Amino acid sequence: MQFFLQQCLIGITNGALVALVALGYTMVYGIIRLINFAHGDLIMLGACLALTLVTASGLAGTGTSATWLGIVLLVAACGLFCGGLNVAVDRVVYRPLRSAPKLAPLVSAIGVSFIFMNVGLFWLGPADRSFPELLPTTNLLGGEGLQFTAKDLLVLVVVVPLMAALSLLVRCTRLGKAMRAVSQDPTAAALVGVDVDRVIAFTFFVGGFLGGAASVIYGLYINTISFQMGFQNGLYAFTAAVLGGIGSIPGAVVGGLVIGLVRALSSAYAGERWTGAIVFAILIVILVFRPEGLLGRSTREKV
Amino acid sequence: MMGRNWQKTDATGAMPVRALVAAFLRERWDLVALVLLALAPLVIPALGGALGGQVTTLFIYCILALGLNVMVGYTGLVHLGIAAFFGIGAYLCAILTVPMYPFQMRFVTAALVSVLATAGVGLALGAPTLRLRGDYLAIVTLGFGEVVKVTLRNLEQITGGMKGLNPVPPPGAGLVVGGLDLGRAFAVDPRWFYYLTLLALAGVVVAMRRLENSRLGRAWVAVREDELAAAAMGISATRVKLSAFAMSSAVAALAGCLYAASLSTTADPNAYDFNRSIMVLCAVILGGLGSIPGTLLGVALLVGFDTVLAPWADSWIQQMEVNPSGSSLLSFSGWRLAIFGLALVLVMRYRPEGLIPSRRMAAELHKAHP
Repeated sequence: MQFFLQQCLIGITNGALVALVALGYTMVYGIIRLINFAHGDLIMLGACLALTLVTASGLAGTGTSATWLGIVLLVAACGLFCGGLNVAVDRVVYRPLRSAPKLAPLVSAIGVSFIFMNVGLFWLGPADRSFPELLPTTNLLGGEGLQFTAKDLLVLVVVVPLMAALSLLVRCTRLGKAMRAVSQDPTAAALVGVDVDRVIAFTFFVGGFLGGAASVIYGLYINTISFQMGFQNGLYAFTAAVLGGIGSIPGAVVGGLVIGLVRALSSAYAGERWTGAIVFAILIVILVFRPEGLLGRSTREKV
Repeated sequence: MMGRNWQKTDATGAMPVRALVAAFLRERWDLVALVLLALAPLVIPALGGALGGQVTTLFIYCILALGLNVMVGYTGLVHLGIAAFFGIGAYLCAILTVPMYPFQMRFVTAALVSVLATAGVGLALGAPTLRLRGDYLAIVTLGFGEVVKVTLRNLEQITGGMKGLNPVPPPGAGLVVGGLDLGRAFAVDPRWFYYLTLLALAGVVVAMRRLENSRLGRAWVAVREDELAAAAMGISATRVKLSAFAMSSAVAALAGCLYAASLSTTADPNAYDFNRSIMVLCAVILGGLGSIPGTLLGVALLVGFDTVLAPWADSWIQQMEVNPSGSSLLSFSGWRLAIFGLALVLVMRYRPEGLIPSRRMAAELHKAHP
């Protein structure tokens, strides 16, 4: 029983991380119906920057307040970097293709993902790189029972406020309203005076920012990064987004948690090597039986 | 066949030889290429060695890409897991022929069975998923590709795990025709495989030609251009898409069978991963969606990049001695991914119909969508 609970705990922490990445997919998809294949690799680049910054600043420690401050700065820096990069890519690559058939931006996104991967290859080198441990690994719950370390705490401390801020942003601000309007109907939104391109750029920025934050946490939590990490993590996150109902922000969070749990439990009970197959099999089954996802609404194909 | 170019004449009324040759090349490039390729091994002795093997692989990828073209090019369904069907074909063929299994069929029988079975797998995957929206379908095929790869890797008792299945006997093993042991001939001289794959490729090209203009082929295109309109004209979109899925899988499986036979092993499951799928997709898009010559050119360019251009440029850079530290930044092949990525982005931006476009596709892609 305790083993099971422990796996669930791992699953929830992992899932929070997956959810943060999934938000980047779901927001971009929600607003311009593009599967942003480059998102996973964007996060890989964020992790590269995080590693470089950590190494350069000599930030290392044992969970002192300086370390925590350093981590916050790191999250902000990588978030801005990924957000800015995402906006730049949107401006240069996707915006000229807005009126093109759907295949064009999708293939371009695959191309961008290749370019990112190559940059990451130069940045990190071909081998896996270890990310320094910045936080103590002592059990916060004490004793021999469930393990819950500062690293697990970090994930929740960063992810939960970010998500809360995001849902406030989308629900309660003018910009959020504009985002929802563009997502429903770009033409109608433009007619009532919404600057569609700016709203889309902002969405890319927010998605990228969350991805940048996720990249820092990924490095601190998993402790290994490589130039190839983007593809698989991106796929898991995308699965989470689809599972929750793509385009839906709470859906991405729920989907992320479910994927995290499935991953942890299947690694524990079926073996690590089957995890990928199980996650994607779930994805296919979900798409077949409930393509709108757990929380999404079904859309009708329009003429 | 008799294009307008044939009537072009100069002042004397006689057609200049050069124009005639050019017109002939334009109209019948396929025949010319086939004859040249068929004669090549007689003139180029290197094709009897390692080069022959490389060209054989090139032909196999051409077949694979033509299979993918049915789905992506004609029918407009984004397929990100073609390598899975390539792999299923290769593994089925291997299971039916390797000594460790009791089947030990002849290559032709095994190939036929695995092509049909893989088409069945395509149908089984397609039937429940084809009603999904376009980009969801892309994800399903991608996920399926990953599932297949992981399964091939993990079912060690059946697939041999990372070692793959081998030895796959050469086609015609144990068959003696006129004193010539075919199996031995295939094993010793790569030119046999060269001709076998060339023959298969020619067959696939002819079949695709015929399909393009058949009732089914036109239905594929109609569904791509406007599914609702096609349905209104009485075309069953689901059935048409399913047949595209099955055809695509079958052709990919044929390529897989040839691949396993020519390498005499299935190689390890990583040969059938997402990267392979994407490279083939790149080839089709780069060359021209829905265009047979475009697809062939795309594959030739991509394979040529890896096997000819990159090693040549690398050795050239080495000779120039501009890179004493051996940094990967200054090696050409270090930029491989970025070059492919940039090519995809630029093609989509400036020439979405590809290098040798099919006319329909070009017209469709340049029409701005609302």
